[in-house]
Amino acid sequence: MQPVIDTSPKVSDEVRKTTCYMCACRCGINVHMKDGKVAYIEGNRDHPVNKGVLCAKGSAGIMQVNAPSRLRAPLKRVGPRGSGEFEEISWDEAISTAVGWLNELHETAPHKLAFFTGRDQSQSFTSFWAQNFGTPNYAAHGGFCSVNMAAAGIYTMGGAFWEFGQPDWDHTKLFMLFGVAEDHDSNPIKMGIGKIKARGARVIGVNPIRTGYNAVADDWVGITPGTDGLFILSMIHVLMKAGRIDLDYLGRYTNAPVLVDADTGLLLRDADDKPLVIDRASGKPAPFDRPGVSPDLSATHEVDGVTHRPVFHHMAERYLSEDYAPEAVAERCGIPAPRIRAIAAELARVAFDEAFEIEREWTDFRGETHKTMTGRPVSFHAMRGISAHANGFQTCRALHILQIILGTVEVPGGFRFKPPYPKPVEAHPTPHSGRRPGRPLNGPHLGFPRGPEDLQVDDAGKPNRIDKAFSWENPMSVHGLMHMVISNARAGDPYHIDTLFLYMANMSWNSSMNSSGVMEMLTARNDDGGYVIPRIIYSDAYSSEMVAYADLILPDTTYLERHDCISLLDRPICEADAAADAIRWPVIEPDRDVRGFQSVLIELANRMSLPGFTDADGTPKWTDYANYIVNHERRPGIGPLAGFRGTGDKVGRGEVNPEQLNRYIENGGFFVEHIPEAAQYYKPWNTAYQDWAVGLGLFESPQPYLFQLYSEPMRRFQRAAEGHGDRQPPEHLRDRIRTHLDPLPFWSDTDQTGNAGFTVTALTQRPMAMYHSWGSQNAWLRQLHGRNPLYVPTKLMREHGLSDGDWARVTSPHGEITVPVMEMAALNENTVWTWNAIGKRKGAWALDEEAPEATQGFLLNHLIHELLPPKGDGLRWANSDPVTGQAAWFDLKVRIEKADAPPDESQPVFAPIDSPVGTGPKELRWKVGK
Amino acid sequence: MHPAPSVIIFTTLSGLGFGLLFWLGIGLPPVTGWVAFVFFAIAFALAAGGLMVSTFHLGHPERALKAFTQWRSSWLSREGICAVAALATMGLYAIGAVFLGATWRPVGIIGAVLSLGTVFTTSMIYAQLRSVPRWNSWLTPALFLSLGLSGGALLAGQTAIAAPLLAVAATVQLAAWQKGDTALQRSGSTMASATGLGGIGEVRAFEPPHTGTNYLLREFVHVVGRRHSRRLRVIAFALAFVVPLLLLFLPFSHALAGLAALAHLAGVACSRWLFFAEAEHVVGLYYGKRQPAPGAQPIS
Amino acid sequence: MTTLPDKTDRKMGLVIDLDTCVGCHACVISCKGWNTENYGAPLSDQDPYGSDPSGTFLNRVHSYEVQPEQGAAQLIHFPKSCLHCDDAPCVTVCPTGASYKRVEDGIVLVNESDCIGCGLCAWACPYGAREMDAAEGVMKKCTLCVDRIYNENLPEEDRVPACVRTCPAGARHFGDLGDPDSDVSRLSAERGGMDLMPEQGTKPVNKYLPPRPKDRIEDQIDVLAPLLEPIAADTGGFIGWLDKALSRLPGGTI
Ligand SMILES: Nc1nc2c(c(=O)[nH]1)N[C@H]1C(S)=C(S)[C@@H](COP(=O)(O)OP(=O)(O)OC[C@H]3O[C@@H](n4cnc5c(=O)[nH]c(N)nc54)[C@H](O)[C@@H]3O)O[C@H]1N2
Ligand SMILES: Nc1nc2c(c(=O)[nH]1)N[C@H]1C(S)=C(S)[C@@H](COP(=O)(O)OP(=O)(O)OC[C@H]3O[C@@H](n4cnc5c(=O)[nH]c(N)nc54)[C@H](O)[C@@H]3O)O[C@H]1N2
Ligand code: SF4
Ligand code: SF4
Ligand code: SF4
Ligand code: SF4
Ligand code: SF4
Ligand SMILES: [Mo]
Repeated sequence: MQPVIDTSPKVSDEVRKTTCYMCACRCGINVHMKDGKVAYIEGNRDHPVNKGVLCAKGSAGIMQVNAPSRLRAPLKRVGPRGSGEFEEISWDEAISTAVGWLNELHETAPHKLAFFTGRDQSQSFTSFWAQNFGTPNYAAHGGFCSVNMAAAGIYTMGGAFWEFGQPDWDHTKLFMLFGVAEDHDSNPIKMGIGKIKARGARVIGVNPIRTGYNAVADDWVGITPGTDGLFILSMIHVLMKAGRIDLDYLGRYTNAPVLVDADTGLLLRDADDKPLVIDRASGKPAPFDRPGVSPDLSATHEVDGVTHRPVFHHMAERYLSEDYAPEAVAERCGIPAPRIRAIAAELARVAFDEAFEIEREWTDFRGETHKTMTGRPVSFHAMRGISAHANGFQTCRALHILQIILGTVEVPGGFRFKPPYPKPVEAHPTPHSGRRPGRPLNGPHLGFPRGPEDLQVDDAGKPNRIDKAFSWENPMSVHGLMHMVISNARAGDPYHIDTLFLYMANMSWNSSMNSSGVMEMLTARNDDGGYVIPRIIYSDAYSSEMVAYADLILPDTTYLERHDCISLLDRPICEADAAADAIRWPVIEPDRDVRGFQSVLIELANRMSLPGFTDADGTPKWTDYANYIVNHERRPGIGPLAGFRGTGDKVGRGEVNPEQLNRYIENGGFFVEHIPEAAQYYKPWNTAYQDWAVGLGLFESPQPYLFQLYSEPMRRFQRAAEGHGDRQPPEHLRDRIRTHLDPLPFWSDTDQTGNAGFTVTALTQRPMAMYHSWGSQNAWLRQLHGRNPLYVPTKLMREHGLSDGDWARVTSPHGEITVPVMEMAALNENTVWTWNAIGKRKGAWALDEEAPEATQGFLLNHLIHELLPPKGDGLRWANSDPVTGQAAWFDLKVRIEKADAPPDESQPVFAPIDSPVGTGPKELRWKVGK
Repeated sequence: MHPAPSVIIFTTLSGLGFGLLFWLGIGLPPVTGWVAFVFFAIAFALAAGGLMVSTFHLGHPERALKAFTQWRSSWLSREGICAVAALATMGLYAIGAVFLGATWRPVGIIGAVLSLGTVFTTSMIYAQLRSVPRWNSWLTPALFLSLGLSGGALLAGQTAIAAPLLAVAATVQLAAWQKGDTALQRSGSTMASATGLGGIGEVRAFEPPHTGTNYLLREFVHVVGRRHSRRLRVIAFALAFVVPLLLLFLPFSHALAGLAALAHLAGVACSRWLFFAEAEHVVGLYYGKRQPAPGAQPIS
Repeated sequence: MTTLPDKTDRKMGLVIDLDTCVGCHACVISCKGWNTENYGAPLSDQDPYGSDPSGTFLNRVHSYEVQPEQGAAQLIHFPKSCLHCDDAPCVTVCPTGASYKRVEDGIVLVNESDCIGCGLCAWACPYGAREMDAAEGVMKKCTLCVDRIYNENLPEEDRVPACVRTCPAGARHFGDLGDPDSDVSRLSAERGGMDLMPEQGTKPVNKYLPPRPKDRIEDQIDVLAPLLEPIAADTGGFIGWLDKALSRLPGGTI
């Protein structure tokens, strides 16, 4: 007799819906509670981001909120920096210590505080805090992450890939993916790929490594790292030559027809500063947006014997050159010429021969009404594989040019922005660094420079910011350069700081280049025995490697224990046809003496009576972060959350609603406002969308604009380098600016100084089941990725007499590691790689010191330097993109050889750090229900 | 495979024990009284002791009785029943022989058959497993039976019978090794069939599903190195067959007979260890551990 | 009850699409989470923060490299859990009757209160679909989420296995493979759903959809006329190209 089983057991007492935080994707989760404890976590089906699915990290959240590595109370350092010796202190003491250090700086020298945050999701709030503190030295992690992608997108088309846009998954028939292992939009990308593959649509993966998305791609292009720009420009060449480009789209929606001043290289403008095109009807110059204007792509404009030609001429001139012919680039890119042609042909075939119409009337910004929307079902996505190179900005721009000439941006089947994008450069602020002791900074720290006038340098050209953002070294560093802060602070270049305040960034380990160097910098002492960086405050939720290097630890809660706000002012959870934002709320109470970091910042601000946080009489405006989320208004009626404003019925704009958080909780932790059908495509030019966006408060007036194939801000910098204007680059940077701030994308090899003899590219990839360093504290996830071999292509394995399990010595111009190797065939034959951030420092994360992460795992970061090898000119050259300062993680070149005597452990080995939380239990039998 | 030591001890001892019981049951030697007591004590110690040991590796030995229920399909269940029946029957027979001086022939014969049946059912537990091609052969019961019979004969002091039986067992052992070495290959199970990906090209395991270890890796994926196993085969063969046979041809003495039995026991234990250690479970294919790349060294 | 039923009313199982599985391990962890909290004993972990962590999982994702005769090597992510075989050897070997195949839906289950932890069923399974829980001493295996798929405390749409519900790529499909008209049966028929190790004679219910052919773009696309034919054969200088381009194109009216 078959046993009778209960097939309908009770699932939980209650479901609490909030937002996941094991990565930046911000999926909605259903937290099933039993007896007040977290019993099971699943995806929220109603949620716009994940629609019910959940990744491995999200599903393992229960092991994250119960991890033994959670910090328990504020900590004061008692041993030397880096030892991990701490003493638990009270919050009172912690806050007064911090206030003691910070208040004086605020009053006298705010720039002596450098406040940098990791991948947190409250950047609009942390920047608000920093601005009111008055320090110019604030940024989040974007500079080392993927600023090339963000900046190239915004400067070119008013929006980027990243998680700010997405392919039109429902219509696309050809999806081409460059340099992505996982990315921020991780569940949506997986869902999208699954969806289009179910339809039999083609996926092309361009990546030196064939895993994950690239493994399921129908066609794999195992490109030579760093050459994507060349490959893309070659496809542009082929498509232009064959005339397989969308001239109608180029003429209407881009600056291809805009006239370039032959004298200055700037755009010709009318008296109202509107760029000029030649109107086909009149043959005369006209502002680009005049109702009824039909821009001419080919007509030129003669003034006083000088011929001003449209951008399109300049493009054709450059890209029709045989330098970009597939045959000319094939070897460099490692892609056979027929393959380049085949892919270009397929792009053209799908874009034009499989074009389709959606019956949806819409009106463009020139007042013309279109009966239908034309679909071009080709879409692209790209991320750090093309952006984390020193030529990444121009490569990302090139990719945008490619999708724009195919007419596939913001059309059905193509790439679509998610609100608050599209948003042209003009709608973004410019950067500020004007410090005024005791008062707020003179404006937002970060922004989009329009030209040399927006650089943050003093009269002598010296950078105002500790990270040298917005200086001639990287003029368009729109996200700052977090990876340079510690190095510059150590060097006192451009100046010394007093307090380094870090939040959620494991800077002494996996998020820094040159990790061992950074450990030295953080512990370096002056002649008087004091630390060169005198004070370090750090907020982490877990016992990470970075904790050991701080003087004061402000322990944060986990994601299920606090309020958070995933705001339209920040990095919201929008979809291409909806604006959406979300919250986190304490679905459980902390069982330790920890506090949400944002609330701690508010408390610090209140104690210092920071402007912005307190009224004139010093009365605090907000008691904690939840209070701030509800009551703060950026502009009248516009606050961190767009949903349920007023009495709960107002969207976007509306009075403060004291019940707002409860309404979010009732609604599943998020809020969605759908974009009306007629406004869902052609957003930058679609009157209906522009009006909708203004209504929602995304901007104050309609902001239609043209895609910038030719980038005028870049030309302004380039012109300065050519000797124009009163702000010009220093001599040693003149050539570099002239070359790299080219207003039309081009490809150049990255700086190979010092790389002689190092011929193999070494890369990392994110494992889908791990989030940077902190997946390893998760008992379930670490069983999947507890160590990371170096994957070596078959050819190099043979060449070096290696077989699986052998150890290899891997050397770069900067350092050496010795690590276990594993063969991989589906890999570019001159590339090695490993999973990112699996290697752990002994003593961290409440793991045993003999944990495989610490004995066999390793970081590639020891081989990467934040500076390029010396060129002999006595200058420090950052290992960054010359335009944006993006950290060039993937330019790393190495040499490998078999280690004759395999070491016991991956090298280098660092002394264990003391664990402030001990180590975890010997067995888990996790079940909270009976 | 990497079975619990208790399984090796169990099958080795109980095989010998039931082998001895078989001979005692058919009256070879026809013992009664104290002599019978000694023989039966040894036989029961081996058979029942082995059986006891076999429960050591169970997750829930306290539920062991449940294992008698599934005789309709399960060889393990059948083995349990058979063993208990054999022990009970032979126990009865032993009581007669030791205490009453009686040899109840029919009881003895039934007990002997059941004892042999126990060895057979034990062997079938392994022989039935298609997942372990090396075992999935009639040679497995042949080996267990011939070893049980010859070892039993040795212990029973039946030198005349033991010698030819040892020779038979030695032959079966050689055949089992020889056939066994190609069994996986002949089974048709390969990485290609395991993954279904063989149609595309040559399949190679890339990343394992977990970097840590697990039950499957511990239990099934371990295989003994080829060189190591060659050496052990020689030792096993020498101890189990060659040494006892040589000793049997020397003039009989109790010491020599005891030595022969001990050598045999050690040899069988060694052979049994190899039986498990050399067995390739096809699940290893999923972990890429069954098809060494050409020229690669076996894992040892 | 260790003998197999002559036939089952339905054959519930999974269809796993090897063409779309991106190897994210989401199914592995959601399975671990659900089954730790639900059916039977929790799936335990030994030395979870130590040097040799291991634990019980009912679903694992392998990956394989396949080298075709011509062209680049391919990588295939390969999830594997119990296949709920029709001729399940794991059931018939079980001495206690703890292992059984359900008559109503063909799900192969372990009744943990009867299991003595002898391990034989795991030996019999060719696929490595059973793992003995080291803490509990009982055999664990995929239950096909038998406590979800009929669970009236769950909304109807959630009555699918945890791994299916969570799979971001939609590579896992659940249904009745005994019904030729079910979505899963059709999908499997359309895409050539295959059995793993058919030679083992286990008759798995779960099917695997093979990866679609890859890296064919050069053979499929005719790169010459008309797709990429240059506009001006003689290139004819830039203006010549431009004129022709403008007159020839979809947007040629501009
Ligand atoms: N699971 C998980 N998800 C994450 C994260 C995580 O840690 N874990 N981190 C989040 C963060 S902070 C970020 S920034 C995103 C980043 O997401 P991704 O951009 O996907 O980042 P990486 O994993 O660094 O992958 C870079 C990819 O680029 C490829 N690549 C390297 N060089 C080149 C090249 O020259 N050309 C081409 N075509 N490809 C190249 C590499 O092989 C790799 O596949 O992921 C986010 N999502
Ligand atoms: N070799 C190599 N290095 C890289 C990269 C690469 O591709 N290759 N990628 C780079 C990129 S793009 C990035 S974004 C960085 C990421 O590097 P990091 O920003 O250092 O990322 P994490 O390891 O996630 O570290 C974040 C820290 O936040 C802590 N934390 C987690 N949750 C919370 C919380 O709720 N509150 C607080 N206060 N703290 C919390 C964690 O414990 C951890 O110490 O790595 C960079 N480093
Ligand atoms: S992708 Fe995964 S980790 Fe990231 S938010 Fe979504 S469920 Fe959480
Ligand atoms: S969740 Fe889906 S895509 Fe991810 S590993 Fe499992 S089957 Fe593959
Ligand atoms: S896969 Fe293994 S455990 Fe599952 S039914 Fe088949 S033989 Fe049994
Ligand atoms: S381990 Fe449990 S389920 Fe498996 S065969 Fe033994 S008793 Fe049966
Ligand atoms: S069906 Fe349920 S038990 Fe089976 S693998 Fe999926 S989640 Fe795990
Ligand atoms: Mo990042």
